[in-house]
Amino acid sequence: MQLIIESLFNGVAIGSVLLVAALGLAIVFGLMGVINLAHGELMMLGAYSTYVTQLLFKQIPMLKPFYDIYVIVAIGIAFIVSGVVGILLERSIIKRLYGSPLETLLATWGVSLILQQFVRSVPLAYGSGVVVALLIALSSPLLLPDDLLAGTKGKFIKAGTWFLSAIAGITTGGILSSLVSKLGRASARNVDVTAPSWMRGGIEVFGTTFPKTRLLIILITLISVVLVSIFLSKSSWGIRIRAVTQNRSMSDCLGISTETVDVLTFGIGSGLAGVAGVAVSLLGSVGPNVGGSYIVGCFMVVVLGGVGNLLGTIIASLSIGVMTDLIGAGRLLTIWPTMPSPLASTIDFFATTSMARVMIFALIVIFLQFRPAGLFPQKGRMVES
Amino acid sequence: MNNSRKTQAWISLMIWVVIIAAIIAAPAVLPVFRLNLLGRYLSLAIVALGVDLIWGFTGLLSLGQGIFFALGGYCAAMYLQLNSAFEFPNGIPEFFGLYGVEKLPFFWEPFNSPIFALIAIWLIPSLVAGVLGFLVFRNRIKGVYFSILTQASLLVFFNLFNGQQKLINGTNGLKTDVTLLFGQMVGSDVVQRWFFWISAVLVIFAWLFSKWIVRDRFGNILIAIRDDEARVRFTGYNPTIFKTIIFAIAGGLAGISGALYTVQSGIVSPQFMTVPFSIEMVIWVAVGGRGTLLGAILGAVVINYAKSLVSEALPASWMFIQGGLFILVVTALPEGVLGWIQRGGIRNLLVKVGFSRNIATYPKLEIADREDMKV
Amino acid sequence: MSSPLLQLKDITVSFEGFLALENLNLSLQPGELRAVIGPNGAGKTTFLDVITGKVRPTNGDVIFKEQSLIGKREHRIARLGIGRKFQSPRVFENLSVYDNLALAVAIPKKPFPLLLGRLQGLQIDRISQLMNIINLNSRATSLAGSLSHGQKQWLEIAMLVGQKPDLLLVDEPVAGLTDEETELTADLLKSLSGENTVLVIDHDMEFIRRLDSPVTVLHQGQVLCEGSMETVQNDPKVIEVYLGQPEEEKL
Repeated sequence: MQLIIESLFNGVAIGSVLLVAALGLAIVFGLMGVINLAHGELMMLGAYSTYVTQLLFKQIPMLKPFYDIYVIVAIGIAFIVSGVVGILLERSIIKRLYGSPLETLLATWGVSLILQQFVRSVPLAYGSGVVVALLIALSSPLLLPDDLLAGTKGKFIKAGTWFLSAIAGITTGGILSSLVSKLGRASARNVDVTAPSWMRGGIEVFGTTFPKTRLLIILITLISVVLVSIFLSKSSWGIRIRAVTQNRSMSDCLGISTETVDVLTFGIGSGLAGVAGVAVSLLGSVGPNVGGSYIVGCFMVVVLGGVGNLLGTIIASLSIGVMTDLIGAGRLLTIWPTMPSPLASTIDFFATTSMARVMIFALIVIFLQFRPAGLFPQKGRMVES
Repeated sequence: MNNSRKTQAWISLMIWVVIIAAIIAAPAVLPVFRLNLLGRYLSLAIVALGVDLIWGFTGLLSLGQGIFFALGGYCAAMYLQLNSAFEFPNGIPEFFGLYGVEKLPFFWEPFNSPIFALIAIWLIPSLVAGVLGFLVFRNRIKGVYFSILTQASLLVFFNLFNGQQKLINGTNGLKTDVTLLFGQMVGSDVVQRWFFWISAVLVIFAWLFSKWIVRDRFGNILIAIRDDEARVRFTGYNPTIFKTIIFAIAGGLAGISGALYTVQSGIVSPQFMTVPFSIEMVIWVAVGGRGTLLGAILGAVVINYAKSLVSEALPASWMFIQGGLFILVVTALPEGVLGWIQRGGIRNLLVKVGFSRNIATYPKLEIADREDMKV
Repeated sequence: MSSPLLQLKDITVSFEGFLALENLNLSLQPGELRAVIGPNGAGKTTFLDVITGKVRPTNGDVIFKEQSLIGKREHRIARLGIGRKFQSPRVFENLSVYDNLALAVAIPKKPFPLLLGRLQGLQIDRISQLMNIINLNSRATSLAGSLSHGQKQWLEIAMLVGQKPDLLLVDEPVAGLTDEETELTADLLKSLSGENTVLVIDHDMEFIRRLDSPVTVLHQGQVLCEGSMETVQNDPKVIEVYLGQPEEEKL
């Protein structure tokens, strides 16, 4: 019994990282039919944001008393960082490629390469500066009054905001690198995020120890899922997003600004990738390739869960998580020790994390033979066209 | 129409003359190291042809061609390893000794035969591609779903090979440069020179073969499937079969390519099945010009050559360049370089920039061209 | 009366509870020309989807040449002799007019004959004959994508005829055509019936009248009435559906 609980917990923990990572991907895919191959790199940015936040809280005297809650602050920062980069990506590239998903896939792969090399070659301090600059530049048209931005004068003002934000970015970079020397050097090496003391160790329930970091990740996931589902089902923008997902041209005719919806959705999807990055940074060291190891798992979740279906995404990621643990850790054998030997040796063959992936993929392909459109397929006449 | 066909034919002919001249001149001009690189890139052109067949013509974006590429490589390496295993304990390849394996795993046995190995190099990848493709296409899984599934399969095969030390030396891969072929060391200059020639000839054969595939109605069906699969079905064709066949063919080409690449780079390892490498194959085709077979060849050779030159000079910058290339070719040059040239891109550009003196007559010519098409 | 070529028995299609077709019955005699009309949402296109195998009915049976089509895949049904023209013209835009037709007339429609074999003389004759009918002989080598809307419609009809189907299903062939083209299309379809069985779906009344054929009116997934154009036009139920209840037309 204890074994089963432990196994379930591990599975749910693995699954919840997958879930929070796949959630953003699934929303974007559902809305735009776009597979964002840079999603993993947006996660990576979130993980690096956590690292930068942690260093800042450690090194800056003013922030030091609050070190214990840096993780919570990091979630917000990671959301914003990845969200802003995501919005830039949408505005500059993906916008041009709607209706051609395969091309988007290739372009976002290009973006992911650039982002990876970017964190290798550019010191984190200046990387943060770039994000600050983007944040100011992208938000200024929203903050400034409309009449300022009209006409020729508006063009100058727009150029001015970009100029100012560039200066702000450089200044941020300079300040950060002088404050925290670790952030001032470019490095391709992996970095480690250390959890604050209250997050170390575990909680014991019914004689089973649950690591606190994993519990926190499950909590983060839970909150993200709840917030996203409330946002999508209750808020007016959420309803608009769902409307555009179901019928883009009709929504356009009804006066919904599909462009704003696209930006918003992409921003939220990317922001969620950032949140996933925080979770990932708590589990292991952070490097430029950290996103890549999760991304295929996320795709599997999307394929298995069906397009644009929150419940499908949740069930798919949790079941993949549980299966990974059951197969990968060889737990089936511990749970059922008297298993007949041919079956036992097969299971033993797959009892590593990487071989578990092989097994799970095979199971997914078999599953797709019966349900080609995933757990919760879309129905109706419009689907095929 | 006739006119533009003629220009296209002329362009292809000119490019071929240049290619063949370059191939013939290369061994005399290039140092062995560069020649070997060129040979490798020529072998990569073969996998690119396969990518072009499935993506450029049929619209199937596979991100998993690395699987078939690596399978071909492993088939070649297994034969070479066995061929020179007599000097090691138990008469089996050296690495088995490291893991205490004394008996050759059963699936190695047939690779003692060179004929079997030569057939396996293209047949095994074809079969794997065929089965995998059939399972996916049968369910009408297409578009990005197909791409994602191929990428996931790639990862699966990577894990499968990476983890199995006792069967195929896991992550270390199989070395071929110190093995023997016809009593000669495979890594030696003489043998490498031969592999260069073989690669060059096989590229041309692969091109002719692909050309033959798409030449007539079979090729038209592929294009039709790419553009409107449902219509193809209602016309009485079964797209699943066609897609499976072309995917298997591309798999076979990838296998041949992988084998040639392996013997020229000296090793095959699970690294052939990493995600980035398989996506790179797509970008060669995209830059060269999808749907133009020649573009696939040129794209593979030129980009890889550029990659090696840039990486030697500025290692960090290649990722930026490559990333930029992906974005640029997709947003600004969707037809690829060759496709762009074939559609009169250079002439249009010259006119735009104002270099051409015939500006006034060009629009007229354009109209004349169109009239021509109507007749 | 000979046995019907096509027979739909109690066809019901439900999309998540919404009944697109409900207990639909219809039969077609060989050589017949039949028009099917109905307001938007009456289930006309679903009705074609069921026959051609794109949609599997929740209930009921489709009998064609004395065999059931239920569960057969689209290309099998097409090979049995049912050709379909789509609502908006769907031709292969990146292939030439000639190549489009060559794909339609090819027999057998299997990979290896296509790869290894060539078109036979008979088929080549048939292609040029078809191009003559639709007046596209001069544009044989142009890409189908460069044709005008009307020419595409005709090319698609020609492809359909090239398949030599026993039954032609034609969905809104005159949408977006000029008056003259509409008349020519009507004549073309009329000339095809007799040898072939033709089922036309449209809501252009002028066009249907010109076809001069029996008419079936669909409404809310059911057959509302059947008969000649005059009978149908004077039927009170039809008048009610088309004129009396504007709310429903909005569906």
